[in-house]
Amino acid sequence: MSTLRTRGPARFGQYLALLAYLVFLAFPFLWLISTAFKPATELGSLHPTWIPEDPTLANFRQAFDEQPLLRAAANSLIAALAAALIAVVIATPMAYVMARHRGRLSTAATGWVVVSQAFPFVLVIIPLFLVLKNLHLINSLLGLVLVYVVWSLPFALWMLTGYVRAVPAELEEAAAVDGAGRLRTLVSVTAPLLAPGIVATALFAFITAWNEFFFALVLLKTPEKQTLPVVLTHFLGAEGVADLGPLAAAAFLATIPSLVIFAIIQKRITGGMLAGAVKS
Amino acid sequence: MRVRTFTAAVAAVALLLTGCSAGEEPDDGTVRLRFQSLAWQKESVDANRELVAEWNAAHPDIQVDYVQGSWDSVHDQLLTSFEGGEAPDIIHDASDDLADFAYGGYLADLTDLLPGRLKADIPARSWETTTFGGGIYGVPFLQEPRVIMANKRILESSGVRLPTPDRPWSWQEFRQIAKDLTAAMGKGRYAVAWPLKEPVSVSLNLGLSAGGQLFHRGKDGKVTVRFTEQDEIVPGTVHDQVNTDLSASRSTLGTGGSDALPGFFGGKYAMVPLGFSYRQQITQQAPKGFEWIVLPAPAGASGLAQGVSPQTLSLAEDSPHKKEAARFLDFFLQPANMVRLARGDWMLPTGTAALADPSLHTPKDGWATGAAVAEHLRSAPAQSVRGYPEWKDKVATPAYQEYYSGAIDAAELRERLEEDGNLVLARYQRD
Repeated sequence: MSTLRTRGPARFGQYLALLAYLVFLAFPFLWLISTAFKPATELGSLHPTWIPEDPTLANFRQAFDEQPLLRAAANSLIAALAAALIAVVIATPMAYVMARHRGRLSTAATGWVVVSQAFPFVLVIIPLFLVLKNLHLINSLLGLVLVYVVWSLPFALWMLTGYVRAVPAELEEAAAVDGAGRLRTLVSVTAPLLAPGIVATALFAFITAWNEFFFALVLLKTPEKQTLPVVLTHFLGAEGVADLGPLAAAAFLATIPSLVIFAIIQKRITGGMLAGAVKS
Repeated sequence: MRVRTFTAAVAAVALLLTGCSAGEEPDDGTVRLRFQSLAWQKESVDANRELVAEWNAAHPDIQVDYVQGSWDSVHDQLLTSFEGGEAPDIIHDASDDLADFAYGGYLADLTDLLPGRLKADIPARSWETTTFGGGIYGVPFLQEPRVIMANKRILESSGVRLPTPDRPWSWQEFRQIAKDLTAAMGKGRYAVAWPLKEPVSVSLNLGLSAGGQLFHRGKDGKVTVRFTEQDEIVPGTVHDQVNTDLSASRSTLGTGGSDALPGFFGGKYAMVPLGFSYRQQITQQAPKGFEWIVLPAPAGASGLAQGVSPQTLSLAEDSPHKKEAARFLDFFLQPANMVRLARGDWMLPTGTAALADPSLHTPKDGWATGAAVAEHLRSAPAQSVRGYPEWKDKVATPAYQEYYSGAIDAAELRERLEEDGNLVLARYQRD
């Protein structure tokens, strides 16, 4: 009984903290949605309301009229999906090797991965631009995807290495005892258990590429190739002045694909697949 | 099954990417120019696009591709493009962003490329803003003075004399009027809101009216900062309005112009000093029945003088078609076209012929006030000072912010601008 009493307030506190965190996370997004549906006169109101008093779709119409949002979204989607796919395909076997065969090389590789995260965009952009130019990959989504893959690979690798380490080696040994070869073990035992990790890593790579602005800005020259974050800045003027209504409408639409992808695959990220797999 | 799905996905992505790789342009003798414009408001984008379409229709052998850039990131984007030899042929920017590109050899010297008509049409004081080391590196074509957006009802009912470009308020008068007006407006309301997110350019540009100069070029060509009594007049007025008279709102000091507009519409602030182009936002967002007027900024020893950094059009030094690009500039900046661009951006054209257009002298939306102020606009004081961006970010911005909020006094502001500031500038001016 006494345990319950002490647990009650603690649990209540936890929920309260969680609620506060959710509100903190949701506030900008809800404000964005509210702004997207407000007419210009309400945007200039001294007493703004959460629910638009006179909701309108004019901002959406204007956003679509002024900027090629669908084409930009398609470019973003291609670049982000390709980057996520390629990053995962490359990172998974690498992570396996780094996790299972610990040696000097593996330690050095992990160290390099961590160090490479420290390079800021601006430091690499000009050399990168010149390299891509020589490869005729400027103004090409393929060039952009390569950059995104390289950019997200270190963290993807680091993330996946952790997931591989979490898969007990005993399971692979058990498969070997049962007569499975190395490839069969990897495909039938390790890969399914790694699925949540792979999905999480792919999500990370997708979101990174979907939101990325600076590389896309610099590497893509023609309007037909531009991605969504670059097109969104066309609603911004000098000194931080913005066409707020259409910007909010377009930004709201830009968040939808991420939300949909999260909604579809979030159940795959749930843990617990390994529960009870090994008795220790 | 899984493997098959995976292979299909890889194949689909590969197919899409192959279709999206860079295509080479056909070589049919047509000159193709890339024009990166920073126009962003609908009316302005429309005006730009229409002009490009008109040019393309009349010049099948010189085709211009319109590309939209962004003010927010133009400097970094251009720098990378210049370094990589992939810059647009025709570049839209602002004069205060050109110095490094001009000195770096990225922009073409337009002295011999521009037609005499255009050179004669734009006054010398505007050309000064794009002249670096004797060369012209951009055509200044649009500019905006800082004006006072005022709530017509509040000002008229208070009985104060409304200033005109011929009879502007002095800075002293402005301070007194703001004080009286605040007292009449009641608690929680202020005569003035100074949106000073970018305090340095406002202080320097308006400071010219009081005879401020701040940057002094010596006989050896080196620039030093000297914060004189004249330099103190405008910042001092703002400081006293916020901290002594309480006639200016403290809460807007850190905000941008757009953020002050709800308070302006709601009657919380009677006057907001803003760039001329903010009129567009006001017409869009003002509640029905809201009456507003445009007043000239107060005048000082140098009258209505103000510093500006006009929008510019430049050509890339690496462009293989500079002559054709210069022909496009000549067309694009014909007086009638300049008027269209100015109206689209709610700014003033620099060209004298364009500025004489009757549509820019109508009292509606304050056009006439802006047009009357235009002759007093000159190159922003910091325009050609090397090291200015660092001086601004590291020394001047925090110093002015602290001064306006009352955290430091004028003596300390002077000390920081001069002592810390000159150390920064000296680094850029070593032989």
